[in-house]
Amino acid sequence: MQMYNSIEDMLRISEAENKPLYQVILDNEARVSEISEEEIFKRLEKRYQVMEEAASRALTEERKTVGSLITGVTKIQYEYAKKGEGLCGSFLNIVMARALSCSEVNASMGKICAAPTAGACGILPAVLISLEEKEGFSRRKALEGLLVASGIGAVIMKNATVAGAEGGCQAECGVAAAMAAAAAVYLKGGTNEMAADSVAISLMNCMGLVCDPIAGLVQVPCAQRNASQAVNALLSADLALAGMKSPVPPDEVVDAMYRVGKLLPYQLKETALGGIAKTKTGQAIAKEIFGKE
Amino acid sequence: MDISIFNVLGPVMIGPSSSHTAGAAKLSKAARAIVGKPFSRVSFGLHGSFAKTYKGHGTDVALVAGALGLKENDDRLEGAFALAKEAGLAYEFYEIDLENMHENTVVMTFYLEDGTQAEIVGASIGGGEILIRRIDGFDTELRMNSSTLLICQEDKVGIISEISRVLAKHQINIGVMTVNRNSKGGTAYCSIETDSYLTEEVVKALRQVPNIISVRAINIIPEEEV
Repeated sequence: MQMYNSIEDMLRISEAENKPLYQVILDNEARVSEISEEEIFKRLEKRYQVMEEAASRALTEERKTVGSLITGVTKIQYEYAKKGEGLCGSFLNIVMARALSCSEVNASMGKICAAPTAGACGILPAVLISLEEKEGFSRRKALEGLLVASGIGAVIMKNATVAGAEGGCQAECGVAAAMAAAAAVYLKGGTNEMAADSVAISLMNCMGLVCDPIAGLVQVPCAQRNASQAVNALLSADLALAGMKSPVPPDEVVDAMYRVGKLLPYQLKETALGGIAKTKTGQAIAKEIFGKE
Repeated sequence: MDISIFNVLGPVMIGPSSSHTAGAAKLSKAARAIVGKPFSRVSFGLHGSFAKTYKGHGTDVALVAGALGLKENDDRLEGAFALAKEAGLAYEFYEIDLENMHENTVVMTFYLEDGTQAEIVGASIGGGEILIRRIDGFDTELRMNSSTLLICQEDKVGIISEISRVLAKHQINIGVMTVNRNSKGGTAYCSIETDSYLTEEVVKALRQVPNIISVRAINIIPEEEV
């Protein structure tokens, strides 16, 4: 069995061994974790169930969060989405509601599955669950999508970073979007190349996005970024499915994202010392919550 | 690719923070296991980032949850304060400035029902991983990812070889071993991490070794999950 260390490698192995991309990732996982394919699918299923629960829990139930910065935002969005009058259509509005739900559940000490991090835990569930509902995929197929997403995520984790403290929000919510885009392309029947292009496009779309949480809490603008990066994943998948090719290969875009992350000053990497956190109001909110700045 | 997809897709945890929430619960749960005796009150001294942000990340709730024995992915975690009240466990938090310690360090003092106290110091080192740094004044470095033996003994010649002999006899491989003492010829403390399950039989055999004061075994069963 051949090893991969990049997205390019994964695609090459998939072609050479005439296996779907998810199978290449599955083979590798069986080797790394020393467990059977069946066991891997069981673990994926368990995580998918946690994601489903988190993506629906706050739709109808307001959750108490410290400072109440995002308490109830999901419910409001869900009511709006249900009316079906949204500018982005009801599908994207529901996607955003699900992403917000995960963020609200996370901020209120509910159970979530980090994907790739707790702060970015809403993007992948929102995209996968909404596509499963819209297109009527089997659960097995949805889990194959989850495999594609996490295989891409593992490569990015190895070659770059998924930590906000190291790479900013682009490394957390941006990478989540790239993972979800690749899964969406796979689920919609796109080619491996299209999936790879969607990774490149989604990361380009949020290159340089900073991590600037008010009061250091995983609430604002994290919840908003989960909603918007879920949409980024879907629009990038659509661009790739339509035939847009990224002139820069995805591995080079991943590298660029990493370098940009390194160039970002520490004030913009999860320290709450810049961006939205450093605004007059952001600081006032922090002071109100903690009694100090 | 040597990174598992489950490092990307996971952990499954109670939010909002793997270091400040999940790691905190793991720390106090580990400390509870190390203490291993009934207690009615526990105090948490918070250092560094723990002291600055504990309210925002539910670190306080998570610490109480762990002291009650809840795991970091237990749905009941958010209701830990109410559970503590029901269980009759008193708790308190204070800020403390420790030198040369990890940003996310906590000093946990357990007030035991037998009137004595136990003090455990540990750090949450990221991604939900923890490190126990001190047990009752003795320095240590325990990850608490594998079964662990905690032995308190007189600082006498040959005692470590005697401990090794007992473990070898029971086919137990020593992974990491640290030995520390408070003074020459005084009391010493030995912690051993191993891959094996520690049976009651092994613990009994160790207790019979001359000059051993106490032995505690903490079995950690590697989990997955499903």
